[in-house]
Amino acid sequence: MPLMPVVLWTDALVFLLIALAVGFALYARGHEHLRAPWRWVVRSRVGVMTLVVLAFYVLVGLLDTVHFRLRLPQQQPGAPAQFSPEVLSLLDVLLRSLREGQEKTYSAPFATHLFVKEAMTQPGGSVARDFPRLLHGGSHLQDLDRRGLDILLRSLRGAAQGLLAWGLLGLGLVWLLARHQARSMSEIGALIRQGRTQIPWRAALITLLVMLALSFAAGNLALDYHILGTDKVGEDVFYQALKSIRTGLVIGTLTTLVMLPAAIILGIMAGYFRGWVDDVIQYLYTTLNSIPGVLLIAAAILMLQVYMSNNADRFESLVERADLRLLFLCLILGVTSWTGLCRLLRGDALKLRESDYVQAAAALGVGHFAIIGRHILPNVLHIVMITLVLDFSGLVLAEAVLSYVNIGVDPTMNSWGNMINSSRLEMAREPVVWWSLAAAFLFMFTLVLMANLFADVVRDAFDPRLRGAR
Amino acid sequence: MTAYIIRRLLYAVPILIGVNLFTFVLFFVLNSPDEMARMHLGEKRVTEEAIVNWKREHGYDKPLLFNDSASGLARFTETIFFERSVRLFAFDFGSSDDGRDIGYDIAQRMWPSLAIAVPVLLVGLAVNISLALFIVLFRATYVDLGSVVVLVAMMSISGLFYIIGGQFLLSKLFHLVPISGYDTGIHAWKFLILPVIVGVIGGIGAGTRWYRTLFLEEVSKDYVRTARAKGLGERRVLFRHVLGNAMIPILTGVVVVLPLLFMGSLITESFFGIPGLGSYTIDAINNQDFAIVRAMVFLGAVLYILGLILTDISYTLVDPRVRLQ
Repeated sequence: MPLMPVVLWTDALVFLLIALAVGFALYARGHEHLRAPWRWVVRSRVGVMTLVVLAFYVLVGLLDTVHFRLRLPQQQPGAPAQFSPEVLSLLDVLLRSLREGQEKTYSAPFATHLFVKEAMTQPGGSVARDFPRLLHGGSHLQDLDRRGLDILLRSLRGAAQGLLAWGLLGLGLVWLLARHQARSMSEIGALIRQGRTQIPWRAALITLLVMLALSFAAGNLALDYHILGTDKVGEDVFYQALKSIRTGLVIGTLTTLVMLPAAIILGIMAGYFRGWVDDVIQYLYTTLNSIPGVLLIAAAILMLQVYMSNNADRFESLVERADLRLLFLCLILGVTSWTGLCRLLRGDALKLRESDYVQAAAALGVGHFAIIGRHILPNVLHIVMITLVLDFSGLVLAEAVLSYVNIGVDPTMNSWGNMINSSRLEMAREPVVWWSLAAAFLFMFTLVLMANLFADVVRDAFDPRLRGAR
Repeated sequence: MTAYIIRRLLYAVPILIGVNLFTFVLFFVLNSPDEMARMHLGEKRVTEEAIVNWKREHGYDKPLLFNDSASGLARFTETIFFERSVRLFAFDFGSSDDGRDIGYDIAQRMWPSLAIAVPVLLVGLAVNISLALFIVLFRATYVDLGSVVVLVAMMSISGLFYIIGGQFLLSKLFHLVPISGYDTGIHAWKFLILPVIVGVIGGIGAGTRWYRTLFLEEVSKDYVRTARAKGLGERRVLFRHVLGNAMIPILTGVVVVLPLLFMGSLITESFFGIPGLGSYTIDAINNQDFAIVRAMVFLGAVLYILGLILTDISYTLVDPRVRLQ
């Protein structure tokens, strides 16, 4: 085998999350009360537009979740296979030119020269201080005056490729719809163009076109330029921002995932059994809730640091260490945030246990756990789902703040928080190095905005009372 | 009423004991004092002697829970648990790992924190409520829709960007106010303006949006229809009736955060170099001063519980229908 798969802890949990999502989707298909709200979501224009943008983020995040180690070229025939110690992801392979296009230090977006002057030997033998050419960014240009034209041509070519890909995807969609609804393709095409379909395909396709054109243009330009500049050690900022997507998504989703078992089990138990069980569980979450969240996270991360520095030999690689820290951060963020969900579930379980069908089941002699599994759990699932969606954006924002205080993800890990953190000193430079901050802003803002808009749609869908109030 | 307050205060005791036990386990059981000492002294090649010395200097050389070598009551008092955790109940925070008195530091640093937190809260409240009322006045128009879009966008920007952007614009570009620092007494105002502005603007997105939903819910109630039916103008309905009735959730929302204002804001204070409790905590985290972090965790829990009690009391004050038993 030319490569050895590596499954980090968070990778495994992400795969588990996907499996759960698929399983839940299959389950929801057969249950109208779970299916109807989602139908409402995909029939809202904001819903599908945000879904398309979020899909791009998720795709990048998933590509970055498949990790492996490449096989090294064999020293002599017949020797056992050796694998490179470097853990790569599919995304790293796709972005090879970005990852390997290392410069010496800062360079501005689309620059052809370094940002700082260096002593260079002139052809005549004298030494002058000037901005040296970049090793990779714009190195294909013979005539520097043609840079603007070159950038324009490349973006146009990228946009054209995006258009082509969009056309193919759109055709595929129309074909599928036509087959599904037993109509002709031109009929479906006309309906979509006039925006008269139940699912707003027109809005979705327009968003898709914009995203595809932008990604292809960026991809085309990134082959030969540093489109968002380079950072202090010369790493491409665009690459860092893309790599940070996974960190953001992992924190936003896995935190809720890891807290789910505790919140669901304890919340339902408290509401269903009442009495001393309720007292103990309430005491537990009131106590945890009364500790300020940031301080609890700080205390826990400090303890983790002590543990890691005293047991440094237990971790095989830096990647593994950073990954465990990310997982631990998710866990501890989960500890601070499960109380809200737990309280909601307790309230609902209290109400449900008094309902007629639960009373009837109890009278018929159905056991407690059967009642919980059969009658209570399915009826609180929507709360779990809303929490998952609503908490997401807050967690992504929290990551940035925590990383700034040095209690977030590992400093070696790519994350928007770490990018902002390092750009603090850059903003104080003269002239200002602004692109790291701008890149983090752009990527984070888009993700959080889309997540917020999506969360609004989901909440409205699950709470019909709100639908009119918007 | 008095009986209720006393009972609530008594309820707080087991919770504080829980917090205390939790931090004790987190700081002393999961990692022994030996490991802490090793970490502080530099991880590699630390002699046993140095560790024993460090522990004695910082008062971590006693047994955790039970002291065999002492006699009588001292078996329980001559322990880390008693000296470090039980004493917190008397607000005796002890000394930090670099030997300063934590209680004194907290009393000193409380004021700069309040000097920022109180204006941010009051100005923010005024700005958010006015904006929300303005939007509700134009509800179901493009003004409403546009403002909601702007609010969601503002909500989606990390607080860090507001701080960095504010510092860059006001201090570096226009040289209006100093970037960071602090001064004693009345001269502190010029250092306070920027953090307060940034704090207020950063809070507009989520705050105004919340108040807007609140007002919209009130507007659809029956008494508003009655007020309109008897011929009151839209502005009078909004400002007199809706605002008055919405005061209950607004007030209780404010009361619950009042005690926590003492804690200050971690990020704002350390960005602007203000010597408050927030930056105190951040420094402690960065210097790995566990004694301070533990003291702040306990203080935070106390203030949080206090906020909850105050909220319940304020309910009875603003809404005569609520009775406490």
